[in-house]
Amino acid sequence: MESLLILVPLAAAMGSFLAPGRGIASWGFLTSLVIPALAAGTAMDVYQNGARRVSLGGWAEPLGIHLHMDGLSVIFLLMTALGGALVSIYSAFFFDRESARHFWPLWLLMWAALNSLFMISDIFNAYVVLELVTICAAALAVLSGKTESLQAGLRYLLVAMAGSLAFLMGVGFLYAETGMLDMFMQSGELQGGPVSAAAFGLMTTGLIMKSALLPFHFWLPPAPGEAPAPVSALLSALVVKGSFFLLLRLWVGVFEPAGITYHGAYFLGCLGVLAVLWGSYQALIQPRLKLIIAYSSVAQVGYLFLMFPLLCTVPEAPWAEKAWAGGPYQAISHGLAKAALFLAAGNLILSTGTDRIHYMKNIASRLPMTTFTLGLAGISLMGLPPSGGFVAKWMFMQAILESGQWWWAVAPVLGGLLTAGYVFRILGHAFLLAEKEVRMLPVPFVLEKIPLILALCSILIGFRAEEVIFLLQEHMLWTLELEGTP
Amino acid sequence: MHGFYIYAVTAMLLFCLGLFGLVSHKNLLRKIVALNVMAGGVFLFFISIANLDPSGGVDPVPQAMVLTGIVVAISLTAFALCLARRIHEKTGQNELDTSCSIEGEDR
Repeated sequence: MESLLILVPLAAAMGSFLAPGRGIASWGFLTSLVIPALAAGTAMDVYQNGARRVSLGGWAEPLGIHLHMDGLSVIFLLMTALGGALVSIYSAFFFDRESARHFWPLWLLMWAALNSLFMISDIFNAYVVLELVTICAAALAVLSGKTESLQAGLRYLLVAMAGSLAFLMGVGFLYAETGMLDMFMQSGELQGGPVSAAAFGLMTTGLIMKSALLPFHFWLPPAPGEAPAPVSALLSALVVKGSFFLLLRLWVGVFEPAGITYHGAYFLGCLGVLAVLWGSYQALIQPRLKLIIAYSSVAQVGYLFLMFPLLCTVPEAPWAEKAWAGGPYQAISHGLAKAALFLAAGNLILSTGTDRIHYMKNIASRLPMTTFTLGLAGISLMGLPPSGGFVAKWMFMQAILESGQWWWAVAPVLGGLLTAGYVFRILGHAFLLAEKEVRMLPVPFVLEKIPLILALCSILIGFRAEEVIFLLQEHMLWTLELEGTP
Repeated sequence: MHGFYIYAVTAMLLFCLGLFGLVSHKNLLRKIVALNVMAGGVFLFFISIANLDPSGGVDPVPQAMVLTGIVVAISLTAFALCLARRIHEKTGQNELDTSCSIEGEDR
């Protein structure tokens, strides 16, 4: 069943590439029906029976390639399945035939790559899959063919390529030290000397370049800001999460046991706080809706990095469980809310022809559903109860207070305030009456409903916190011992 | 063992040289070539660690990784060159617009 999660989108990508006829969207429909079912099945299985591994092709460790499923992977798989399926249905009604011919193969291939990234257990394959995600994402970003989007796409590609090469160099160091590639077997082998430290530094730098943490955030706002709405949603909600997932796996699973994460964790925490503040401030002053949403991604990604100083500085800390649950929760709720916001922004552009917020007056009475979506997704971003964003920030706050590292509280508190600022700035314009009547086109039924469902999901996952936390705390599998060795 | 250090240090130098080229040059073609120099450094490093086996044999795994890595690097380079050519066709420039046109007027 696990290999089907990769095989189905891969086959559909090939199908849509080879048969780009009138029914090209049906490949996407098919995938978006099958994948959530498969992901839910895998999640149920892990929920009931615990983490497990599948060897592909029957090769044993350490040479064989394995799929590794535990609480963390199924949560990211489920988020990708839910977000991806809804964005797929939206895209089926959004793109004209010419763009659809390019969109579907790329997106389905990226879906396959993301699913395998969340289940991968060896670091070299992780590199290959990350590159696959990168190349699909860059190609999707230039889909509109405008000069700005070409430049944004190339900028992203250059940053991501440099990041991947740094990561690959780190893979080399890890291999030199441990003689293995499976990250679940490496954890006990690292000695914590200079070679481990070099691998740690290189891999971390590479991955934060790809997940757009503050000094490397410059590629993030233009890329989704210039792309078509479904592509922006996918880039901001899912692609960034892929490299964050890998970073989390490596830090907590491989480097933290080797005891080399202490200073790096504080450093990443500081960058995270700066990203929250800077991204939110930039979002406050942007003139265009899509750029507001894109800068808000910079800020929301910053929250994720608060996990590291709470998790990786004090071994066996009592607050680590809360921080550990907060991060993935933030990733899911941000993913869903951000997809909802970008799709709603896409609807506004379809209707009014622009996304400058000065022209967005009186949309509350003309497009009530879209305005409602913006509000709901905004609630999740701000972290108001009972949304998913609230659960995440609540967990973070508890962990911060328990750990006594109170200075991190700046990010959730000030960040929440600034987020409220830019969400109300959008909504405030939406309720203003326009001086002169602006022509607005009607938005098709499905295009209005999909973002609403996404926004509702990002609120509703706040009610399922118990299961998610159970998966994250009980069903993790971090280390693996070779049979026959003590 | 001696040979290992020569290759490994050269690999690091190539990597750093490529990184320096990537950030210091504005011309897109130079940036893409610089990335390939970086990639060359990484691949050389992998080849050099294949020799680390104390029994004197050569480890085949890093070499397999280098082969895959070369394929990945070639396809990414081809794609980046394509984009650079498109940008050149559209704007007549070989550089990325650093002034960030995203804040400009909407068309």
